Amino acid sequence: MKGADVDILGVSKFFGSFQALQKVSLSISKGEFFSLLGPSGCGKTTVLRLIGGFEDPDGGSIAIEGKNVVGLPPDKRHCNTVFQSYALFPHLSVFENVAFPLRIRKTPQQLVREKVMHYLSLVQLEMHVNKKPSQLSGGQRQRVAIARALINEPSILLLDEPLSALDAKLRQHMLMELDAIHDKVGITFIYVTHDQQEALSVSDRIAVMNMGEVLQIGTPRQIYENPATEFVARFIGETNVFNLKIVSIDGIKIYGETDGLGPMFVDDETDARPGETVLATIRPEKIRISTDIPNTSGGRINILHGYVAEPIYSGFQTKYVVQLDTGVMVTVYRQHANWSEGIPDIEWKDEVYLSFSAADMVIVEMRGQ
Amino acid sequence: MKKQIGLLYSLPQIVWLFVFFAAPLCIIIAYSFLKKGLYGGVEPQFSVEAYTAMANPNILLVTWRTLKMSVIATALTILIALPCGYSIARSKNQAIRLFLVIVPFWTNFLVRIYAWIAILGNEGFLNDILRALHLTTESVQFLYNQTAVILVLVYMYLPYAILPLFSTIDKFDFTLLDAARDLGASRFQSYLRVLLPNIKSGLVTAGLFTFVPIFGAYAVPLLVGGKDSYMLGNIIADQLTKTRNWPLASSISMTVTVLTTGLVFFIAMRKPREQEQVFDADPAFMQTASAGKR
Repeated sequence: MKGADVDILGVSKFFGSFQALQKVSLSISKGEFFSLLGPSGCGKTTVLRLIGGFEDPDGGSIAIEGKNVVGLPPDKRHCNTVFQSYALFPHLSVFENVAFPLRIRKTPQQLVREKVMHYLSLVQLEMHVNKKPSQLSGGQRQRVAIARALINEPSILLLDEPLSALDAKLRQHMLMELDAIHDKVGITFIYVTHDQQEALSVSDRIAVMNMGEVLQIGTPRQIYENPATEFVARFIGETNVFNLKIVSIDGIKIYGETDGLGPMFVDDETDARPGETVLATIRPEKIRISTDIPNTSGGRINILHGYVAEPIYSGFQTKYVVQLDTGVMVTVYRQHANWSEGIPDIEWKDEVYLSFSAADMVIVEMRGQ
Repeated sequence: MKKQIGLLYSLPQIVWLFVFFAAPLCIIIAYSFLKKGLYGGVEPQFSVEAYTAMANPNILLVTWRTLKMSVIATALTILIALPCGYSIARSKNQAIRLFLVIVPFWTNFLVRIYAWIAILGNEGFLNDILRALHLTTESVQFLYNQTAVILVLVYMYLPYAILPLFSTIDKFDFTLLDAARDLGASRFQSYLRVLLPNIKSGLVTAGLFTFVPIFGAYAVPLLVGGKDSYMLGNIIADQLTKTRNWPLASSISMTVTVLTTGLVFFIAMRKPREQEQVFDADPAFMQTASAGKR
């Protein structure tokens, strides 16, 4: 496997009196597509700048390939960065932008030509070698930035929200291309984004951050299906959260009371004891919505009753905001795939039943808000 | 209709420039082509004597010296102004620092030159310190030479270089320096290869703002200079007031004006070096282009 592994251990960073990072620890393996995901100001870009060498940590250690790199300037590290604004040199042509690292190292002209054309063809820009960055579209600039960052053959590529300046369609396209480039060059990609869809679709693993803390590290599936904290559950996709006062626990079978919603079954592991209150969550797509009372025989199924306060149609699905009899709002997604099911359309102000399995519920921590 | 209103707006400026700039300039041009009067002034008789008189080796020497001193002073000014403008652009309290750059303008030009005499003079501040430190017993002669003139000229025109450099560097995207470092450039290489090419316009403006007035300097070489630092401005004044050769003073003035204006035009007209465009074989573009023809 090409690429390098990165070990960040207990790293803290202050900007004045503001603590940007609090004892962040991450371990990224060789060749991994690793994402740092979080809202703006959560410290994800700071982590990237620490790895790149643009900032020094105020505590903790950063090692690349087992070697401590704290204090090493950016030009002495085996990583290159794709900046959020691309940071292309406006006075140089596309060719010279990509050739910049080679010119610094006084590479012979023949080799410069070969390598630049190789990397420009990797990002499909051979046609635009003589243009200035200002003559390129956003997507093309993006590609130049990627080619320029790859030409030094770094072992780690750092990407700082590289797609945020592109429109939605192009963003999807470039994301797939990035994934393809990752497969081709095989080096470690560390990808900073605030867009959970981007992170979920391309990452091997994701670290979810908020307020300078890493809240959870895991595969996209782990993070979505088994969020560790309420913040992660709410930030990745959408979710419904209930306060659950535990009445009894039998292994992973939990029975409890929710605020005014009556009893609820949850199947999940928890350290809490009967009498304590935990947060139970259920994803909107895991709730069934129907106008008839659902059949609950042979399973630990929770049933709620209410009316549709707001149906939001979006083509492939409808999102229903249902107001329960107790006034609590619950979000439900209904896919429009099952034509054979023949359920009548559910419309505004219809009375509905919501049913979901205890197994689909997840208990989360209250940390990291 | 709009155009006429625009013309109307600029009318006061046109009148002002005509009366106080174009008209005197025409008078100087006219004087330079007239015969010199016996006790100053001119005789109304056409003559190119004033221009042939400029071939005088003394005037040529001073012209060469003026050029040399102006280039040195301009280069030093920019060398000092560049880090200064950079640090102001990157600082958090730009307003205070810019204010400090402008503060000297509140004091009269001549007063500031005399301040330098008070510092550098034989009984001046600097010699007092040197004596107090027992580094010298005799006074050191700092004044009345080329070095003193260049020093004071650099001091005088430093703000004129700092301000345009600051305003260009302020617009510069500093992540480009991060990118250069990231791609393997040392700190020095990143300034040389990325910062300087991108602030070229500021460097040119700063150069013009300092070179042009220094080339026509008069008061500074007169007050802190000696025989070796006579500049064209002093010769013009001498011809006007002492030798009373008004046509010669006019012809030298014209030469200075033409040289500096020529320099400004040369730099302003010079097109930024564009790399040649290679034919762009973008199929989508070709299609629309040929569709447009049909």
